[in-house]
Amino acid sequence: MMAPLFSSKLLIVLLFGTLFGLILGVLPGLGPTTGGALILPFTMTLDPLSAIVLLTSIYCAGTYGGAITAVLINTPGTPAAAATCLDGYPLAQKGEAGRALGMATVSSTVGGIFSVIVLVFFAPVLAKLAYEFGQPEYFALAIFGLTMLASIGEGSPIKNLIAGAFGILISTIGKDFMTSIDRFTYGINELSVGIGFIPVVVGLFAISEMLTQSTLLDQVFKRVALKAVKLPSIDDYKKTWKTILRSSGIGSFIGVLPAEGGTVASLIGYSEAKRFSKEPEEFGKGSIEGIAGAEAANNAATGGAMVPTLALGIPGSATTAVILTGLIIHGVRPGPDLFREQPDFLYGIFGAMLIANVLFFIFGFFGAKLFARITLVPNKILWPMIFAVSVCGTYSLSQSIIDVWIMLFFGVLGFFMRRFGFSVVPVIIGLILGELVEGTLRQSLVIFDGNWLMFLTRPIALTFFILSFIALAFPLLRSKKQKK
Amino acid sequence: MNNVHDKKRANKSLPFFFKDEFKVFFVIIFFSTILLISTFTFDKVPPILNRGIQPATFPKGLLVLIMFLTTIIYYLSFKNPWKKEKKLPKPFFLTILSFILFVIISKTLDFFLAISVLSIFVSYNWGEKRVFYLVLVGIIFPLVVFIFFEMILGLRFPPGIITNLYYY
Repeated sequence: MMAPLFSSKLLIVLLFGTLFGLILGVLPGLGPTTGGALILPFTMTLDPLSAIVLLTSIYCAGTYGGAITAVLINTPGTPAAAATCLDGYPLAQKGEAGRALGMATVSSTVGGIFSVIVLVFFAPVLAKLAYEFGQPEYFALAIFGLTMLASIGEGSPIKNLIAGAFGILISTIGKDFMTSIDRFTYGINELSVGIGFIPVVVGLFAISEMLTQSTLLDQVFKRVALKAVKLPSIDDYKKTWKTILRSSGIGSFIGVLPAEGGTVASLIGYSEAKRFSKEPEEFGKGSIEGIAGAEAANNAATGGAMVPTLALGIPGSATTAVILTGLIIHGVRPGPDLFREQPDFLYGIFGAMLIANVLFFIFGFFGAKLFARITLVPNKILWPMIFAVSVCGTYSLSQSIIDVWIMLFFGVLGFFMRRFGFSVVPVIIGLILGELVEGTLRQSLVIFDGNWLMFLTRPIALTFFILSFIALAFPLLRSKKQKK
Repeated sequence: MNNVHDKKRANKSLPFFFKDEFKVFFVIIFFSTILLISTFTFDKVPPILNRGIQPATFPKGLLVLIMFLTTIIYYLSFKNPWKKEKKLPKPFFLTILSFILFVIISKTLDFFLAISVLSIFVSYNWGEKRVFYLVLVGIIFPLVVFIFFEMILGLRFPPGIITNLYYY
């Protein structure tokens, strides 16, 4: 599994990716998704394996990095670290920041490694299963992915569905890929090739965050002092090992489902840790189990989210949507054929994720104090710099100034979407799944001679439709139960 | 908790067209309607070349779905009004203004100059008054990024009054 990684170039890429991911994770507002999108143009100078190794190491380390700011300044560096704040910061306030970060580091590493094992064993099985899939099954699967995103994603399910449909709508801009007829181009030549993924991602994440930061300039972070990260004591291990394993399982499972894995996984991991704890009253006051539950789960979601991405070409999260784009622009088509034709490439990714988890453990353990200092860079310096990189990175992909304007448009749109409770993640997933949804629907209708009811005669497709229905009904039932 | 209730009440007392719920509903429905109308202008393929459905059918379906779901969230907001958002501060509008300046300058004068102007404008309006840091974010850093992209990625930036000095 490690053989493809035994080259100095790949190890340097891995090292850089892990460090860069940690920095991105530490900085509130940035994160592995935005960072991955910003670095995507640079990967064009790398071979496909190095490019994906870079992106996956950013993903793993960035997810962990969020815990450092969650513990020290009570602000999650990434949304996935929100649950870590609940106990990490109170424990740090008690003068035990080192212990809190030590537990966050160990549980993140265990969760991450657990999920890579799940990825290694589960992805090939899913890929084998995908050989049975035809166009109708892929259509039903993509619909299932979108409904899952609506039901277990953050915020209102209906707003998530609107955002997902909007993402698919964006994918229809340009020449229709089956008939070459212009759609929504309004005579603008640049639009006939469609709207690129990078301008939308950088706009929705980086630029909208820049606008959000412009509204938070009076925000003051209270930083807790950190002497050094401490490894958890034997007592802490005894107290948390079951929680870490349970959360690793939960995180890996949630990660496999096509939704914003890490955030949801950490919240479920945290609440399950509380439910099974002998001291539930300690949660929210600095419980070490709370930190372990949240951190193991969010890092376990990384490997889980890579399962559908590699086996089916369906992204398991926003960051894996960026990784999927990286695969596509490097000419690698995810899916069952990838497992048969390029096993070395896949083992390279698996190995890189495994090593990235070990590397962020080392960097986190010895360098958390240093990484925490990065948050001292004031926003008035940091964000104009991020803007410069965003603009050049977006321009570089197709050397089009229109792409930069599209990025700005989506930045403003993303800001207002978030302001009114619409998550931007479904837009990204919708955009990337759009062509698959429309293409498979139209090809299925050709196969079925225009008879929509024929979808119901395919057992796998029917199963996905039933699951989609359950996914849509789930939030409704949950809210009714909560009212009772 | 009380604050949330106060905010909800504050939102409830406004005339309906001032409420966020209505504004969002109106904007989505308005643009979706325009887009839906424009789908009727898409070319049609003759039946012999048509694969499954016409190219306009899928976007039409999506737009109808978006309008339907938007109507549902607006209807639901009568029961559960959204919390009223805080007024946007001055730096937000200045940042938006800087984007407009960026578009104008990059189109008419120079791409690099546009980045520099935006960086200095944003940094200054967000509170940075020290000249060294303004030069750092407005000139030194964009220059490093520019040279990096140009040399490492072989990128050619669009011509302009400053970029031309570099290329010629």
